[in-house]
Amino acid sequence: MNFDFGRVALVLVLAVVPIIGIALGMRAPALRSRIPILIGIFAGLIPIFSLYIPKQFLSGPTGMSPRLDQWLIILAGFALLLGIVNVVQNNSRKISRREKGWFFAAVLLIGLLVTSAFGIWGWWTKMGIGFMPDGSPTPFKWVEDRFFQPLQSTIFSLLAFFMASAAFRAFRARNTEATILLIAAGLVMAGRVPLLEFLAAPFPPLHPSASAASQFLGGLAERIMDIPNGAAQSGIIIGAALGAASMAIRVILGIERGYLGLGQGE
Amino acid sequence: MTGRGKRRAGTAPVFPARRRGAAARPAPKLPLLLLLAAALASGFPAAAFAIAPEISPPAPPPIEPPTSFTALDRPGDTGGAVLLTWKDPPTLPDGAAIEILRSEPPAYEWSSLALVKPGAGKYEDATAADGKLYRYEIRVQAPVDAATGAARVSPPVVSDSVSARDNWFRTGRENSLIASILFVAIVLISIAWARSGHEIFIRRISGLNAVDEAIGRATELGKKVFFIPGIQSMDDIQTIASIAILGFVARSTARYGTDLDVPNKDPITFVSAREAVRGAYLAEGRPDLFREEMVNYVTYDQFAYTAAVSARMVREKPAAIFLIGYFFAESLILAETGQSTGAIQIAGQADPTQLPFFVATCDYVLIGEELYAASAYLSREPVLLGSTRGQDIAKGILILLGLAGVALASFGNTWLSSVMKTQ
Repeated sequence: MNFDFGRVALVLVLAVVPIIGIALGMRAPALRSRIPILIGIFAGLIPIFSLYIPKQFLSGPTGMSPRLDQWLIILAGFALLLGIVNVVQNNSRKISRREKGWFFAAVLLIGLLVTSAFGIWGWWTKMGIGFMPDGSPTPFKWVEDRFFQPLQSTIFSLLAFFMASAAFRAFRARNTEATILLIAAGLVMAGRVPLLEFLAAPFPPLHPSASAASQFLGGLAERIMDIPNGAAQSGIIIGAALGAASMAIRVILGIERGYLGLGQGE
Repeated sequence: MTGRGKRRAGTAPVFPARRRGAAARPAPKLPLLLLLAAALASGFPAAAFAIAPEISPPAPPPIEPPTSFTALDRPGDTGGAVLLTWKDPPTLPDGAAIEILRSEPPAYEWSSLALVKPGAGKYEDATAADGKLYRYEIRVQAPVDAATGAARVSPPVVSDSVSARDNWFRTGRENSLIASILFVAIVLISIAWARSGHEIFIRRISGLNAVDEAIGRATELGKKVFFIPGIQSMDDIQTIASIAILGFVARSTARYGTDLDVPNKDPITFVSAREAVRGAYLAEGRPDLFREEMVNYVTYDQFAYTAAVSARMVREKPAAIFLIGYFFAESLILAETGQSTGAIQIAGQADPTQLPFFVATCDYVLIGEELYAASAYLSREPVLLGSTRGQDIAKGILILLGLAGVALASFGNTWLSSVMKTQ
């Protein structure tokens, strides 16, 4: 009975009432604009209530709160279709108008069509998108392994170079704050990398001193990370959590409407 | 249970019973009488001449059962569990365990559920069905007696009937509920206070002051404004805050007639962003300037999205880039690429892990709570400003509580920190 109640309540609150509201609001735009706010209020309140009320219809495995997450996935599926339509429209327009970078749009569309075709073919032939019975990859998997994964890794590996260039810019001692940042970063790096041991390697008499100095720097780096850095991070996290809670209250009360495209007070 | 007439384990009779039907042999009576007379005469006890009994081990001491056994619905859960508690007997044989049995309707036959080590004192039966009556039995089970080979168990203790059910309050979260109610009350009172016409001071946030400057620069240069709303969906509060800021940015671009580009990774965010931008252009009375491709979908893959947006930055060289929302590893790639194009960059994120990258590469950064205060700051709506003030009051209370907790903990009192813990 609980299971049925949760499902019925969710369908009523988030599906039937909005549809009726939209139908009624065809002639009343003000009413129509309130429907998304109402949906936002219910969708915001259900997870909060489920934090404190462990009733099956609300928090159970098939309760309203987990079911709401499933609805989000279904919604995302439909929204993804809209997204694909948008990609095809925008890139087709670029190609037809020969806009700047139209060639890349063509490559994107070819990639989209070929990969989709392989995926649909795998589903149609019941071969799937992984490996075939003889262990060889399906065409979809082949495209993924030969094109997609290497390209993805390439972009991710760029991060190392960007990190170096950003660090070079950030660590220039332009003012007091930047100088403090530079010193702290230098100490942390020295503490995290066994640089002294490496430098002292050819000189055995220096090994004990290098080891002791390295240990000291390691401890100092840990203290910098744990105390000033940890305190600052905690401050940011506490402030952000309160800000997020305040924002959530504004959304639930329908005060914050910017995300709906309604603007404030409309 | 021992049957009537059957010998109880470990209680072998001292004298074996004569077999029924066995023929009685004639006993040599004279020598026996002579021996008896001699024995009596010499003072020997009669027992010395009795027939020797079978050798039998001493009976092991009985095992005491557990006490204070209760079986109740597990409090504060979503049902489907019964909590059993008991106290172990003061003495337990080596290797003993507590055996838990359950009987359920209609047969009410006992079936073993678990063997629990002594000292546990409780067991949660998570296999119970809601609304079904169960009875539980526990007993101490000791290892089999090596001498007799008999199982050694204590007398059982049986619970009353119990059924599992879902509860109305999750125990262990009372402090969280009280804090939430207080916080909501503070925010609502602050909103009411702001609505009554009181002036609310909000400190200067340079990142938000620079929004108009960045859009103005893009307008002067005739270049695009890029707004990247992170890569998370609308179930993330940072994305909601980002879309709210996008509304204000879109109003400015609509006002100045500047081109806006909002590439999206998440499909739900994409739909919301499009509605926000469309609404902003309508609100500014410039629906003619709104184009569907302003808010566009790129891909659901993180690095493919990063590559596409970075490439667009390099090709189109926007004058202003907003990186506001929830970012992961792509934050530095995007911000550093934007930096290389010479655009004014305004970033905003509440998660401290990516903040250093934005601080190193962007001109202005909205740190933590500034991201959530942005819509109040930009709109200057009294209601929104009131909620920001309520947030500040709550933060002040938390700081005071934190200081009090530090002071108490320094003197060895952990009461406040234990009160703050939640499940």
